[in-house]
Amino acid sequence: MNAIAKKTFTHTLKKLCTSTFIFSLSFALLPAAYGDDVVVGFIYVGSKGDYGYNQAHALGAAAVKAMPGVKVIEEENVPETIAVQNTMESMINLDGAKLIFPTSFGYFDPHILTVAPKYPDVTILHAGGLYQEGKHPLNAGSYFGYIDEAQYIAGIVAGGTSKSGKLGFIAAKPIPQVLRNINSFTLGAQSVNPKITTQVIFTGDWAMPVKEAEAANSLIDQGIDVITMHVDSPKVIIEICERRGIYSSGYHADQSELAPKGYLTGAEWNWPKVYTDFVTLLKDGKPFPHLLRGGIKEGLVKVSKYGPAVSAKTAALADAAKAKFMAGDMVIYKGELKDNKGNVVIPAGTALSQTDIQLESMDYLVAGVIGNTGS
Amino acid sequence: MTETVLGWWGVPLAILGGAIRASTPYLFVSLGECLTEKSGRTNLGQEGNLVLGAMTAYAVSYLSGSPWLGVLAAGATGMLLGLLHAWVCQFKKVNDIAVGIALMLFGIGVAFFFGKPYIQPTAPHLPAIGFGNWSDIPQVRAALEINVLFLFGLLLAPLLSWVLSSTRWGLMLRTVGDSSDAADALGFSVNGVRMVATMIGGFLAGVGGAFLSLYYPGSWNEGLSSGQGLIAVALVVFARWDPMRCLYAALLFGGAGALGPALQSVGFSSGYYLFNAAPYVLTLILMIATCSPQRTLTGVPGELSITK
Repeated sequence: MNAIAKKTFTHTLKKLCTSTFIFSLSFALLPAAYGDDVVVGFIYVGSKGDYGYNQAHALGAAAVKAMPGVKVIEEENVPETIAVQNTMESMINLDGAKLIFPTSFGYFDPHILTVAPKYPDVTILHAGGLYQEGKHPLNAGSYFGYIDEAQYIAGIVAGGTSKSGKLGFIAAKPIPQVLRNINSFTLGAQSVNPKITTQVIFTGDWAMPVKEAEAANSLIDQGIDVITMHVDSPKVIIEICERRGIYSSGYHADQSELAPKGYLTGAEWNWPKVYTDFVTLLKDGKPFPHLLRGGIKEGLVKVSKYGPAVSAKTAALADAAKAKFMAGDMVIYKGELKDNKGNVVIPAGTALSQTDIQLESMDYLVAGVIGNTGS
Repeated sequence: MTETVLGWWGVPLAILGGAIRASTPYLFVSLGECLTEKSGRTNLGQEGNLVLGAMTAYAVSYLSGSPWLGVLAAGATGMLLGLLHAWVCQFKKVNDIAVGIALMLFGIGVAFFFGKPYIQPTAPHLPAIGFGNWSDIPQVRAALEINVLFLFGLLLAPLLSWVLSSTRWGLMLRTVGDSSDAADALGFSVNGVRMVATMIGGFLAGVGGAFLSLYYPGSWNEGLSSGQGLIAVALVVFARWDPMRCLYAALLFGGAGALGPALQSVGFSSGYYLFNAAPYVLTLILMIATCSPQRTLTGVPGELSITK
């Protein structure tokens, strides 16, 4: 609520600015306040201390803050509505931001696409990989990591550690990105133990603490002994797993502090590297990639440090897979691959590399996953 | 590590466990609201009390190390917001529903504003009593881990019912709620009674919030309540202003909420949006089944602005 109220306030303030002398006054005062520093703005959809999606981005912002000659401004709890346009405009007009990272998926279309053409000397870079060359403004860009590579390694660790051979996955919605994480996690686990199954529960939305807690309890009651997730804030699930004495595998950020005994590993974003790289390019006045994609090799994603429950043998298997990703010759999706209804989704002899566009419209769950992609 | 595999037995067990785990916030808010509405006022600010209570409880528990202190602090903030509601509503021509909505937004806003630094840390939790130790099935034991606050709620419902029906205080409250003119004539302070009732209602809602952040799901974040306080206010109507029925309604809601995840966990995975909506569908069905054009609602306080 307060975010909206604040937005309306800054919006009104901005209107005032453009219509009166305060406009020239703010221009005279603000750049002086920041000196010659490059102002970089970060916009989050939730709270930046959520042990999840937003915290991962905030860690990236913190790394940028540590760079010399850079001033970072941040705003949390900005909904994916016109509110984000107001935030971007006030960062540009009032704070003099030259580079903005709106970090939520839903900020791109239509919000960034509306604001970017108005300010050609400001660069707006979006987390989501939606940029299309020739169609979208030249001062905008998009970056996206193949986090399912990290989930594949987490799957190896989970498969090697699980005693019951039953893994659990608590996910928000059956969209391609989520399904790809579930499938990669399962395929990783099956590379260690072909009989392993992954039970999926969809909660229906990105932040449903009570439902996520119920889902975790139900999975544990069914004898599942490793749970991972794709929700905005994994804190509740990780804490329940630890309390009930099963293993957990994290997502988005490092949650090992929440479960010192049961945390196996986790699939993490590596935004500090991505953001400092972008800021360096911008400061040097060099062209930036409009569409940056990559996985473990490119340093966009990483795997948490293995927890105490991970055996040396399992860790070695996971490290071997990591080395193959680093070398660039690991293929997760190759034929013959069947979905969990028995249909062949990738025919024998076909191998889809991570960059393959086919993988971005994934609408199936691989054999061994118990769940349904329909609603 | 669990060895026993329950299969489909997991579903009724999850519903039982869910009824115990997830019903407490509904129970406390609806009992509090029941009392407030019996005095003739609707406090829609209960959602704000719940969220602010959850935040306060978590913050105080984290800073002081005592979860019980957190519960008390949560109750106190609820009481304060209740006092504010009652104070504003005592003036003529003030609409209690509108004030309630304003206080709901206020409570949520304050909680989000002060709650920022407490999203990340882990606060000490409220203790639970293991009632399932007779069983050697770990799942049954986990389902019967019962929080002390839930037990308080279990005792509170019949107590409130008795106070309302059999004590002088209860009679006074009901008189004020049914006819302020009659209460005036009897020399009761209408505003005083309503103020006390709203404050106790707010206290209970705050305690309900403490349960959310300090026990289940057991963590403070901004999506914690997602409207549970409002649903609890609706439950009071559903329960026909009877504390015992509030208890049953809360249990029903908690249990039905566990249905969606439990069915998916045994592999019954189609239509989960529908099963997640089970509590609401159930409420609608029961409301339709129990309503009748032949008679008016029983138990409804005559002074309530929604019925006046």
